[in-house]
Order: sequence, then structure tokens, then C-alpha cells
Amino acid sequence: MPPRETVFQLYLRIALYGFRKHSTYRAAALAGAFTNTVFGILRAYVLIALWEARPGLGGYDVVDAVTFCFLSQAAIGPMQMFGGSLDLARRVRSGDVAIDLMRPASLQLWSLADDLGRAFYLLLVRSVPPTLIGAALFGLTAPQTVWRWPEFGASFALGLLTSFGWRYLIALSACWIDDDRGVQALSGVLMSFFSGMILPLTIFPGWLGAVAQATPWAAMVQVPVDVYLGTRGLWEALAFQGAWAAALLALGALATAGARRKVVIQGG
Amino acid sequence: MIEVERAGRSFTHRRKAGVLRRERHVVHAVRDLTFSVAPGEFVGYLGPNGAGKSTTIKMLTGILTPTTGRVRVAGLDPSRRRTALARRIGVVFGQRTTLWWDLPLRDSFELVRHLYNVDQGDFRRRLAELEELLDLGSFLHIPVRQLSLGQRMRGDLAAALLHAPSVLVLDEPTIGLDVVSKAALRAFLRELNAERGTTVLLTTHDLGDVERLCSRVMVIDHGRLSFDGTLGDLRATAPEESSIEDVVARLYTGGG
Amino acid sequence: MLLAWTWMRASYQYPLSAAMMTVASFVVNALDIAAIWVIFAHVERLGGFSLPEVMLLYGTAGLSFGLADLLFGNVDRLSGHIRSGSFDTVLIRPVSPFVQVAVDRFSVQRFGRVLQAAVVLALAVPQLDLTASRAWMVPVMIVCGFAIFVSVFTLGAALQFLLTDAPEVANAFTYGGNQLTQYPLSIYGGELVRGVTFVLPLAFVNWQPALFVLDRDDPLGLPHWLRFASPLAALLLGLVAAAAWRAGIRRYRSTGS
Repeated sequence: MPPRETVFQLYLRIALYGFRKHSTYRAAALAGAFTNTVFGILRAYVLIALWEARPGLGGYDVVDAVTFCFLSQAAIGPMQMFGGSLDLARRVRSGDVAIDLMRPASLQLWSLADDLGRAFYLLLVRSVPPTLIGAALFGLTAPQTVWRWPEFGASFALGLLTSFGWRYLIALSACWIDDDRGVQALSGVLMSFFSGMILPLTIFPGWLGAVAQATPWAAMVQVPVDVYLGTRGLWEALAFQGAWAAALLALGALATAGARRKVVIQGG
Repeated sequence: MIEVERAGRSFTHRRKAGVLRRERHVVHAVRDLTFSVAPGEFVGYLGPNGAGKSTTIKMLTGILTPTTGRVRVAGLDPSRRRTALARRIGVVFGQRTTLWWDLPLRDSFELVRHLYNVDQGDFRRRLAELEELLDLGSFLHIPVRQLSLGQRMRGDLAAALLHAPSVLVLDEPTIGLDVVSKAALRAFLRELNAERGTTVLLTTHDLGDVERLCSRVMVIDHGRLSFDGTLGDLRATAPEESSIEDVVARLYTGGG
Repeated sequence: MLLAWTWMRASYQYPLSAAMMTVASFVVNALDIAAIWVIFAHVERLGGFSLPEVMLLYGTAGLSFGLADLLFGNVDRLSGHIRSGSFDTVLIRPVSPFVQVAVDRFSVQRFGRVLQAAVVLALAVPQLDLTASRAWMVPVMIVCGFAIFVSVFTLGAALQFLLTDAPEVANAFTYGGNQLTQYPLSIYGGELVRGVTFVLPLAFVNWQPALFVLDRDDPLGLPHWLRFASPLAALLLGLVAAAAWRAGIRRYRSTGS
């Protein structure tokens, strides 16, 4: 076992490479930012029409609703809200994952570091510009206090962890399923609908709303945006997200062990 | 059969030359190329990497439009009459398959038949012939992605010949093949050229292909023809060299 | 056609996955309408339009888009073909490259969207008491909308000859166009509506003809004859798209060796 600092440095380096690797796809990221902006504008108009007819719906005013829309658009890139898969899924399908599993490092932490590097790059290129354009076109809610920024940052980071935890499980599922495109597609549906990407979960009626609010997908978009808007208690929010992130990462660790056993015994 | 008159193709690249400034930078992949190939000829088209071989092939097949000059293949202008030309020529890329990755070879052929509108009777006859000549029988039912390189290449060649083209263009067909596969492929091509009179243009880095197959050799360098003649003429450019490799190496490095 | 059939067969090599993808496609599209249902749980009218009226817009847009996507949606993979070099292979075959790219990896899952839109439309129409003198426009608008979306897909594909590394830009217009036309255009800003009327004529997919079907005034006060102009808009956009595609092919620079 190498000393702790070196382990940390290793994963920091992987994160850095993840960031750099994605920065070579700048054109694609900018195209994503453009598309996110267009959809942000279209969705904002729908929400404006709804909130003008029903001011105060779901505890938001119309500006909050538009803010919700653009912040959720901003989550798409870093958290891959339409179920965009980890690079790992492709490596599982091609069998290259066997090489990764033989490395003297944790596959899960390795993927996490790589994914966080990617998320940070996309946050800069794909999340910030659409939000700024939204603010310029419609005017967004400003945080009530300066402390709101680090609070939102913490909640967003936990959202990233939850998103990774979920997508890691989906990627590893390809170890047991011949063709994982179906799982990917279904995961995309769940992520986009139950996170609040389509409409805020607070306006889902009755039991549907209650179920949606309890899912891990709510921890990715709905909860961080609520923390930003100040419509949800901070500690309650962080505890909810932390619980889901921990649960998914623990499941991921189990799945990794299962995958390793499968590769060792069956040879891939 | 193939006529190329002062053809050229350049590419414009933009590259960063400062924060906002972009520099335009023109690369001439082929400049001022002139040659013609008569029906029934078997021509080897040589040149070092990056000399413009693939660009020429792509202009002949209609994939790229020449920026200057005129190209005619089987009487047609490739870039304007691309689909009409496609029915008269066969193309094989050694490094890239034109078959369908997930389908068995037989299904790929069936698709080719529909794409090229080959009559069912002709198709059966030719496939039977090709099956025998190229020894395809043992792997017709296997998906293309599971074929070995040699098998895949034979499959690609058969697919390119199902519509009985009068011109066959081969881009590095023997790349990566073992000696036995190579020999089989060469025997087949020689027979195709001799019996059917199919015109063949072939690029290669394997001079064995040239020695055993080609009645004529063209060498392209820096986008221009630097040699055009028979194999004997080629040897005569450097009579003191004993091997054909050394003769061509001298030509490439400018010694010839 | 045969190519499409072959792809279907290839995709059913993995029946479980194919089933899940079809389910996912159904659910994805059902979620769109679920969102509309959630909205109408809170309001009577959206942008001045009732639920059956919005369902008419949604159904016609979805049907037009779904059909275009089913048949030609694959052209958005063009940049992938260009980058991998497989577009060279497409060009040496005697069939239109457009058709070849469209049917490559043809998947029936997309049929989920068409079916779902058809169901929504079938539910909407009886609630609207349309007279035959106005209802005839519904099939016309679906056909014109289909033609407009096919043109938009083609333009998006032509754009990929230029922006090979950024194919997602096209999604803003194709999928964005579908999202836009699912709702009454009266909810959008005036400039945006003028833009999609006179520049990229998405307003003619369903909005303008629907104003005729529903016998409503144009909230922006645009000329009355525009509601009959869908065929013209489809034709013009089609010509532009065809020209752009041809220009793209001529501009194509094959990669690598």
C-alpha cells in the first residue's frame, strides 16, 4: 500500500487528465452549451406561461421558476442528466475493463476522479454560459446571502457524486447484460424525469410528487436548485443527498467486487 | 478507361496563430497530375506515405472533388456522376471494410446485390464463381466482425466484384495479410485481369504485388508523377541496384 | 428498404435490450405528455389554449416529427460517419448517400414516438368538435410538418459537413423544433415567433394551420393567409435543404489515408 499522499496525488492526476481529455472536445462542449441554451429558453417560456397563470405555484415565483429552468439546464453537462454513459461502459462492452480491474488502484475511485475532471470542465464550458445568457435574457433570482454560494456548491457537488454513483452502476451493468443500450436508455428517462429536469418536482401532484422527491434523481437537480433558491433546509438537503450518494457508492463497490470475481473466474 | 488531366486537390487548414488570429494554410495533396490507363491494363500506383496516393484514389472514385483539372473514369466525371460511376467500378480499401460489421458475409452480399440492382441470376452465378475462386464457402455465414483479416479482404473483394465492374480500384489490398493469403489474392487478381480484361489500379507498399502483377508502374511523389513506365523501365532507372526495393527507395528519396 | 429491414434484424440479436429500448422510447414520449398533464393539473388554459387544443398541437407536431425522425433521424449520425471514415464507403455506392445514411442502423424503437403522438391526437380530435370544413387541414398539416422536419434534419446534417466535431448543434433545431411546436406559440416571445415564422419556418409545422383548424385569431396579428402557407413553407425549406446537402457533399474532405 503506497503512502496516503501518493494515492491522493494519483487520483488528483487522473481528475486533471479527465479535465484535459475533455478540453480537447471543446467544439462538442460548445455545441452542447448552445443546445442547452436553446432548450433553456424554450422551457423557460413554458414555465413563464404556467407561473403567470398560477403565481406562487410549488412555492416559487415566476423568476424562481425561470432560475430553476436554467440551473437544471446547467446540470445536464456535468451530471449527464440524459443518461450519458461513463467511458467505462464502452470498456466493459469491449472487454478492456479486465485491464482496468487488474490495475493496483480502485476502479471506482479511478472512474470517479476521471468523471469529476470531466464534470468540472463541462461546468465551465457547458453550464456557465447558458446560465449567464438566461440571466441576461430573463433575469434570474440572485442568492439571498453570500453564504448561499458555498451552500449551493456543496449541494451541487453531492449531486455530482450521486449522479456518478448512479451512472457507475449503470455502466457496470454491462458486465451482466449482453447489450446495455436498453438499460442506458431507461436510465436516461428516469434521470431526466425524476430529477426535475422536465418540470420542478414541487408541482408534481400528490403521490407522484412524493415518490419523485424521495428518489436519488431528486438529489441531482431538484435539491441543489432548492438550496440555491433557499426553499429547502440546508442540513436536511445535504443529509438526503449524502445518504443517496453513500448508498449508491457502496452498491458500486459491491458491483465492482462482483465484476472482478466475474472477470477472474470467467475470463471476461 | 481512366483519364486524369492536370488534376489537383488542395486542402485549406486553419490554424491558430495568436489568440484570435487564424492563419490559412494550403496543402497540395495532389498537384498537376496527368496520366491515362487503357482498358485491360494492370497498373501499380506507388509512392511514399503522404505522397497523394489515397487522394488520387478518392478523386477517381468520386469521394473527393478535384480542385483543379479534369478526371474521367469509364467515360464519366466521378464527382458529378458518382452514382452512375459506382455501378461501373469496384473499390476495395485495405484498411477499411465496406461490408456490414454485424452481418454475416452472405447477408452483406445480399445487401450489395440490392444496392447495385444486380439481377438475381447474374448474382447467383457470380457469387458461385467468386465463392470458388476466393474460397469463401467456409465463412459465408459468419458475421464480418469475426472474420480474420485475410477472410475479410477476400469478402471485400468479392463484394466489389458482384456487379461485374469494368474497373477495379484497390487501395493497399494486401496490407497486413500473411504470405499464403497474399499469394491467393494475387493469383485471383491476375486471373481476373487476364481472363475478364478488368482494368485494375492498385496502390501498395508491397513491391511483391508490383513484381507479380503489374504490367505498368506509376510513382507519385509530392503530388506529381515522378515515374511512369513498365517494370523493366523502373529497374533501368537504377541498374546498379539488385533489388526492386532499393530501386524504388532511390526513387522516393530523390536519388533516381 | 431492405437495408432498414436488415438493421432491424441485427438489432433483434439482443431481444431484451431491444424491448427495453422500445419501452424507454414509449416512456420518454409518455413523459412529455405527462408534463403537459402536470401543467394542466394546475391551469385551465396555457397561453390561451385549452388541454384538447394543446393536445392537437402536441399530437400533430409529434406525428410529423416522429415520422421524420423514424425515417431520416439517423442523418444526425453523419458526423460520426465522417470522423470514422465510413462516409467514403457510402460515397462509392450507387445509391443516394442521404438514403444510405438515413437507413444505416435503422431502429424501430423510434416508432414509439409516432404511436404515442397518434394516440394523443386521436384523443384530442373528438373533444374539439371540428367541422369537416376545417378538419381537412389536419392531415395536410401533418404532411407539411413532416416535410418541414425532414428538411430541418437535412439542414442539420448538411451543417455537420462544416461542424464535424460539434454535431449536437443540429439537435437544437431538430429536437428543439419538436419541443417548440408541442406548445402553442403564443407562450413564446414575439421575436422568437417571428423568427420561426419567417426565418426557420417551424410555425408552419402546426401552429399556423392549427389557428385555422381551431378558428382562432393570431395573437401576434400576422396576416391571415399565412395559415394556408404550410405547403409553400415546406417546399421552400425543402429546396434550401437539398441545396445545402449538395453543397456539403461537394465540400466534403475525406479524412486520413
